[in-house]
This record gives sequence, C-alpha cells and structure tokens, in this order.
Amino acid sequence: MSMAIAVAHADSATDAIIDVRSLSRRFTVRSPGGRLRRTKKTVDAVDALTFSMQRGAAIGYIGANGAGKSTTIKMITGILVPSSGSVVTCGLDPVRQRKRLARRIGVVFGQRTQLWWDLPLRESYRTLAAIHRLPGDSWVARRDELIDRLDLASFVDTPVRQLSLGQRIRGEIAAALLHSPELLILDEPTIGLDVLSKERLRVFLAEQRALHGTSLLLTTHDMDDVQRLTERLVVVDHGQMIYDGDLPGLVHRVGAERVMVLDFAAPTPPLEDVPGTRLVHSEPDGMRQRLSFVPGHTTAGAVLASVSARGEVRDLSIEEPDIEDVVRRLYLSTEPYRQ
Amino acid sequence: MAEALRPYRALLGSRLRAQMAYRRSFAMDAIGSIAVGMFEFAEIYVIFAKVEFLGGLDFAAAALLFALANLGFSLADMVVGHADQLPTYLRAGTLDAFLLRPLPVLTQLITSDIALRRVGRAGMAVVVLAIALPLNDIAWSPAKVGLLVTAISAGVSIFAALFVCAAAVQFWLIEGSEFTNAFTYGGSYASQYPASIFVLPVRVLFTFVIPAAFVGYLPTLVLLDLPGPPGLPSWLGWCGPLMAVVTWGVALIGWRAGIRHYTGAGS
Repeated sequence: MSMAIAVAHADSATDAIIDVRSLSRRFTVRSPGGRLRRTKKTVDAVDALTFSMQRGAAIGYIGANGAGKSTTIKMITGILVPSSGSVVTCGLDPVRQRKRLARRIGVVFGQRTQLWWDLPLRESYRTLAAIHRLPGDSWVARRDELIDRLDLASFVDTPVRQLSLGQRIRGEIAAALLHSPELLILDEPTIGLDVLSKERLRVFLAEQRALHGTSLLLTTHDMDDVQRLTERLVVVDHGQMIYDGDLPGLVHRVGAERVMVLDFAAPTPPLEDVPGTRLVHSEPDGMRQRLSFVPGHTTAGAVLASVSARGEVRDLSIEEPDIEDVVRRLYLSTEPYRQ
Repeated sequence: MAEALRPYRALLGSRLRAQMAYRRSFAMDAIGSIAVGMFEFAEIYVIFAKVEFLGGLDFAAAALLFALANLGFSLADMVVGHADQLPTYLRAGTLDAFLLRPLPVLTQLITSDIALRRVGRAGMAVVVLAIALPLNDIAWSPAKVGLLVTAISAGVSIFAALFVCAAAVQFWLIEGSEFTNAFTYGGSYASQYPASIFVLPVRVLFTFVIPAAFVGYLPTLVLLDLPGPPGLPSWLGWCGPLMAVVTWGVALIGWRAGIRHYTGAGS
C-alpha cells in the first residue's frame, strides 16, 4: 500500500516541470529607527508555498504587487536561494545546477531587458545562440520561425534602444525561446502593451504551446492573459497561496456575478423580479437590459426561461466576471483568516 | 577549446562592433585616454625637472617604472575595468540576466564590455616603454627578458584581480565605488612611483596588501640590478606571478561570496 503511494509520488515528481514544496523566502529589512539604532524586520516574501506544475501545463500566477510573485520566480529560476523548503525545476536544483537549468528554460522579465540595448535583435540572437552553444546553423531555422511568427522582420536590424516597448517585448520573447526551452516563464509580459500587441502576443504564445508543448508559467496583472493562455490559476497574497484551481472554480468560490445582456424584439418593462437575478441596467425603452446573477444560485438557462415569458428575446450575451474583481473578492474573503 | 570559447568570442565581438558603430565618440574617447596617459607622464617629468633622483631611481628608471605600471593598469582597465560598475549592473537587472544564462557570471561580467577606447593609454605606455628601455643601462640576459614579459602579464593580472575584488565588495556596498576606487585607481597611482618614497606602513600596504609594487617598482629594481629599500628586497621582483595568483585567489573567493550574498545563500 505504502509502496504504491511512493511509486505514484515518484511518477508525479518526474512528470512535474516545477515542483515547489513548503517554499519560503524571508528578507531582513533594515529601516532607520532612532539616531543610532536601526530596526530589523523580517518579511516573509514567500511563505510555505506548495504546488506542482505538470509538463506541458500553463499556469497563471496571480497576486497583487509585493505578493511574492517575482520572489517565487527568482527561486524557480535559480536567481535566489530559498530560506527553507525546496524547489525542483526541470528535475534540477535551480541554484546548484543553474547553468544546466538555463539551457532548458526561457525567462522574460517584462520590465527588465535581457537584450543588448546597442545591438539589433539579429545580432543579439547570434550572440545568444553562441552563449547557448546551439549547434552550427540549426538555430537559424528556429530564429527565422520566431521572426516570422512574432512579426519581427521589419525591425530585426534596428538597435534595441530604438524599438518601441511592444517591439522590444516581442524581441525578448523570441530571445527567450531561441534555444527551444521546455519551460517558458514570463513575468508581466504584457505590461504597458497596447491592445493589438497584447493580442498578437497571446496568439503567438498559444501557438507555441500547441506546436512545441512548451510549459508556461505566467505572472500578470492582465486578466485577459489568464483567461486566454492558462488553464490553471495560482493566487498568492502576502507570500501565501490563497487559491489553486481553474478560473470557473475561483469565480464560484468567491461568488462573482455573471451578467446576462438581453436584447428584446420590442420594448419590455424593466425585469426587476426575475428569481435569482438583479437588474443592473435597463435602457429607457427597455430594448436592452442587463441582469446579473451568481452561478450556483441560478443558471443562465433558468434566467433565460423566466425572461422569455416576459418578452421576445432577440439576442443575448453573457459577460464573464472581471477577474480583477474576483481576485479582489478573494483577498477580502481570506483577510479574516490572516489576522 | 575553440568551441568552449565560442560564447565569449561572440560576446566580445558584439561589444567591439557596438563600439565601432559610434566612430566619432570612439575616437574622442581614445584621444582622451591618450591625454590621460600623457598628463600622468608629465607629472613624472615635472618632478625630475627639480630632482635628479626619486626614491633611488633616476629619470630613465622612473620612466621604465611608469611604463610598466601604466601598461599593466591600462590593459587590465580595458578588459576588466567595467567590473567595478557592478551596482549599475545590479540596478539594471543585468546580473539576473547573467544568472539566467548557461555561463559563469564572472566571465559574463568581464566579457560584457571591453573598453577598447582605453587602448590609447596602453599605447602611450608602450611608447614610453620603448623609449625608456634603451635609456636605461640594463645588463640583458635571457632571465631579464623573461622577467620583463612576466612582469607585464603579472601586472595586468594583478590589476584585473583588484578590479574583481572591487566588484565583489560592491555586492555589500551598493554605493561603494568611491571606496573601491581608492584601491584600484589608488593602487594604479601608487604603482607608478618607487615604493621607497613611501613611509614604511604605506610601503607595506602597497606591496603586500595591494600588490602595486609588484607591477612596476620591484621588476624595475631587478632589471637595473638595484638593491631594494628596507622591507622590500629586490628578489621580490621575481614574485609578480605569485602575487597575481594570490590576488586572483582572494578575488575569486570574494566574488563567490558576493554572488552567494546576492542570491541570498550567505548569512
């Protein structure tokens, strides 16, 4: 019996691309306190974090500023040593086997460049190919694929310092993928990008996953990123995990509301008493009305059934909850436990 | 071997191409670097306009000392001098980028720049060396030729190690470049003068703590068959390579500790 469990555990460990157990990182913060004495304070940036990421999976790692996201990523990639607990990435100890790990992961920090500001992307890629000792000219095909898919061709010969933010981020992502890593870690990749650039990037990342089976760990403030790119969410607050699961589960847990937008064929009186719903807004003529409801209390089907009795529905759409709001609710709901 | 060095060839090559892209600024820097070397030599020249001997050396010997010290320092400065800019690397996150690449961090730091513009000062030192060698009355032997060559390479090596020490210290002292400059640039300054002019504690400091005397002064004594001042027998002039190894040992231990401090493994 115990043997079977041990085997099952070993299996899950070899299949995990990131395996984090009771991971903690404390920082000592010194602040000037009196004339001579400085006070020391210990801050738990990451506190007993445990999660495991399967090969090929995509996780959205969510949290407010200072929640411990970047600290976790630094420990996963070998930049920072854990205070306690363990982290295994691609089956390696990130700090001790840093150089071996570097060949197998690609990392992009949205606000920090890993390119050479005075070189064009093309030169940067040649240099990176040499750094990773990519054999002969085989990397050229990969580079051309990335240039094509990320649409870099028009500025690949321009020095990086002259690129726009969106161009540079795309260049950074190509740089991180040049050596075909098994695991791609993106820290705030879409921060500061315009809508079109964000969209292009999401399409590209989804395509890379489908094509190469690249595992993806993403930290972001942008909830569309999460919705579009990941199937699992890990939410941290004050260094502790407060949620691990999929998006519908999170929405269900905090009781976030969905909104049904109804277009009627003819003016309809305000739908003020549909069971399980709340009228958010009704246009003066009643042609378009918005009803919010909490999944679990009622269903979209039940709402539609009772609405249809009041008037002819010409069209309808459902707005999913704003995830920033969901996370905010999650923070609020866990607040009492931390006191 | 060629394959092992491929990343560094690419890194340095890209640095050189980037510098050459700004030709005018490169030319200005190179001229400025020659000017620095000339001013430093002018200082020696002015001193010898007033005195015939300084610390037991005449002008020709002092010029030889100047050339050895400057050549060692300027070559080291060209290759490793940017290492004491470590806080800039830390702030820009460049060090994190280094940690995410499959190469040792120190070799990445060293090859992250090569200040070719400083070649001017090294060129100046070579010119002074070419003039000073025939001016001096040296009893040449194969051993002395060997000494000259090893003294120059040991000098480069010692100053390079001092720059790495300075970089390592700055993992702790984030704004410490003024402090570490006292040792690197201070060591360079001290190395241009005969150590015999310093009072004994300073002489010991710039010989055994910061081995500046091993770069120029001590090899000059051996080349000219001069006895050393108290505390510095001239046979020490043969020990440059040994001091270089020791300094690099300290530098590497310090660097390792610095990286451990940065990644949070220390303390």
